[in-house]
Amino acid sequence: MNGGPTSTQSNASSVAIDVKGLTKSFGGREVVHDLSMQVKRGSIYGFLGPNGSGKTTTIRILCGLLTPDSGEGTCLGYDIRRDADKIKRKVGYMTQRFSLYQDLSVRENLEFVARLYGMPDARGAAADMIARIGLKGREEQLAANLSGGWKQRLALGACTLPNPQLLLLDEPTAGVDPKARRDFWNEIHALAAEGLTVLVSTHYMDEAERCHEIAYIAYGHLLAHGTVDEVIAASALSTWTVTGEDFNGLMAELTDKPGVDMVAPFGTSLHVSGRDKAALEAAIAPYRDNQKWRWQPSEPSLEDVFIDLMGRTKDNFQG
Amino acid sequence: MSATDTIRNGEEREPAFGFWRRSYAMLVKEFIQLRRDRVSFAMIIMLPVLQLTLFGYAINTTPRNLPTAVLTQEDTDLGRSILKAMENTSYFHFTREVHTVAQFDELLQSGKVLFGVEIPRGFERAVRRGDRPALLVAADATDPVASGTALATLGPLVQTALAHDLHIGDPPDMPFEIRAHARYNPAAESRLNIVPGLVGTILTMTMLIFTALSVTREIERGTMESLLSMPIKPIEVMFGKIIPYVLVGFIQAALIIGIGVFVFGVPVLGSFALLALLTTLFITTNLSIGYTFSTIVQNQLQAMQLSMMFFLPSILLSGFMFPFAGMPVWAQYIGEGLPLTHFVRIVRAIMLKGAAMQNLQYDTIALVALMLFAMTVAVTRFRRTLD
Repeated sequence: MNGGPTSTQSNASSVAIDVKGLTKSFGGREVVHDLSMQVKRGSIYGFLGPNGSGKTTTIRILCGLLTPDSGEGTCLGYDIRRDADKIKRKVGYMTQRFSLYQDLSVRENLEFVARLYGMPDARGAAADMIARIGLKGREEQLAANLSGGWKQRLALGACTLPNPQLLLLDEPTAGVDPKARRDFWNEIHALAAEGLTVLVSTHYMDEAERCHEIAYIAYGHLLAHGTVDEVIAASALSTWTVTGEDFNGLMAELTDKPGVDMVAPFGTSLHVSGRDKAALEAAIAPYRDNQKWRWQPSEPSLEDVFIDLMGRTKDNFQG
Repeated sequence: MSATDTIRNGEEREPAFGFWRRSYAMLVKEFIQLRRDRVSFAMIIMLPVLQLTLFGYAINTTPRNLPTAVLTQEDTDLGRSILKAMENTSYFHFTREVHTVAQFDELLQSGKVLFGVEIPRGFERAVRRGDRPALLVAADATDPVASGTALATLGPLVQTALAHDLHIGDPPDMPFEIRAHARYNPAAESRLNIVPGLVGTILTMTMLIFTALSVTREIERGTMESLLSMPIKPIEVMFGKIIPYVLVGFIQAALIIGIGVFVFGVPVLGSFALLALLTTLFITTNLSIGYTFSTIVQNQLQAMQLSMMFFLPSILLSGFMFPFAGMPVWAQYIGEGLPLTHFVRIVRAIMLKGAAMQNLQYDTIALVALMLFAMTVAVTRFRRTLD
């Protein structure tokens, strides 16, 4: 590496994750396909995509739990293939399923992690973390007896305990109530403000909008990335919002029209989107005069963009 | 549709043959699962085959060709005839020839021979003078089954054989006496033999299970994913999982030995410290083997099955239940590969014969070797990724 350009050096300090061409198959099925991504240090990077899209697999590759079939890259400047041990020291990984010891108490779990990372004062570190995650008074409760929200806090506490530089959170808020989710995200932002890089996978669109940058992955392909605005702009999707009454008939009629790629109800309104602006306008023209509905051109939501991306990918890859 | 199919008291109607339908569904599911679980499937075949083979061929309660040392104080025709006659009974197999009583005792104490025959100086002359001298046969009676039959048949058989050689007429006219000396367990009490062996057997069973489940449990409960994402090495996982149980095993061993001594009156003639040391070694060896199983199998059930696969030959081929020397050579080879075999020898030697370290070198080294082998396999087998 002695001939390495200086740009790599500066990259290493400003980029936490830098991977190229990651591919991983299980039993002949390609779960991650030629995935490349860069995550800036200190940013919150949202990882979105439907179930089974390869989010978990990608995260596991990043923290050395899986070896990619091909592709290369660095995590915190360490090679993901060769330096898994070093990466593990600096990365906190919160698994999708609670994976701390159910038969250990809150305190014992945290002390286990602290000791495993060789922290000098394991008891003290665990006690501080218990206070930070608000589990005081529940130290001696077995992890198995904690509710979903408390388990999630404990898991976050455990993976931030050894002061990692990068957090990999795999659907941390799945099955957690809205209040706990909000608290959780406040905590994530607080951690990022301290300089931590956070890669978080999620299903929730409101969470995506709380990220500095997002990436959308479906069927193992990274389809879009950038800030929320960039992703929406890049989609080149035109959307009309329809308000009024009795959408059911309208939905059915519009769905198969050429030029209309997606019709989705949003509460009391309907989003009608198309990739070709002119074709979309032609398609909806007959309905715009109807007094029952009010048509307004609008910005596509992130969800519109993702569902459209997913539909397109499905056409391309699932044929 | 029978009358019982009608709705009564507003109850939900049970589909016809519901019990059988559900049972059948269950049965089909179980078959599919079983077919996919190759190890369990293999076990169904292997267990009975193994049991039959071991019980049918390997176990011989009237053992033959037992290793015997000869201490010849004089080289005479009569002496050679007697030894030949003993060997012809097929119970004795002369493996060592020694020249001093000390060597003779050492061989017996370390368990390298089960019998020793001594032809004293001036034996032939005494016979010719009609003094009826004694032919000394010492037996290691810690295992009464092994030594008992051979000792019981010794007198008559040798007499019959010699009668022809020496032309001395009927057995009552035997010109010398055979003085059998059952050492270490003169009353041939089998509890003296069983209790020390039981220490090893129980430890094998419990230690194996403890660690055999350890890795698979982590995988099944999903905790392995967290564990692997943390900076811990396979060997650290192994030690972390083995060491607590060394203590558990030690307490267990102390309990069994304590009961053996205070309830069954089994002596501990040798050093307690040596017994404790070698018992700890044996415990660690078993834990290592259990842990190795844990890294090989897919789930806890397979771990249990593999442990049983290991436990069964341990009981049958270790010399705990049946005399080791009486087994065919191939079975003895298997036995040498089992830690219990070596520990049964060690624990009997220390408790009943007062053996010291220098008598037990071979079995100690064997235990260390088995332990290191198991640990090496475990560390190599341990999967560091979820691939």
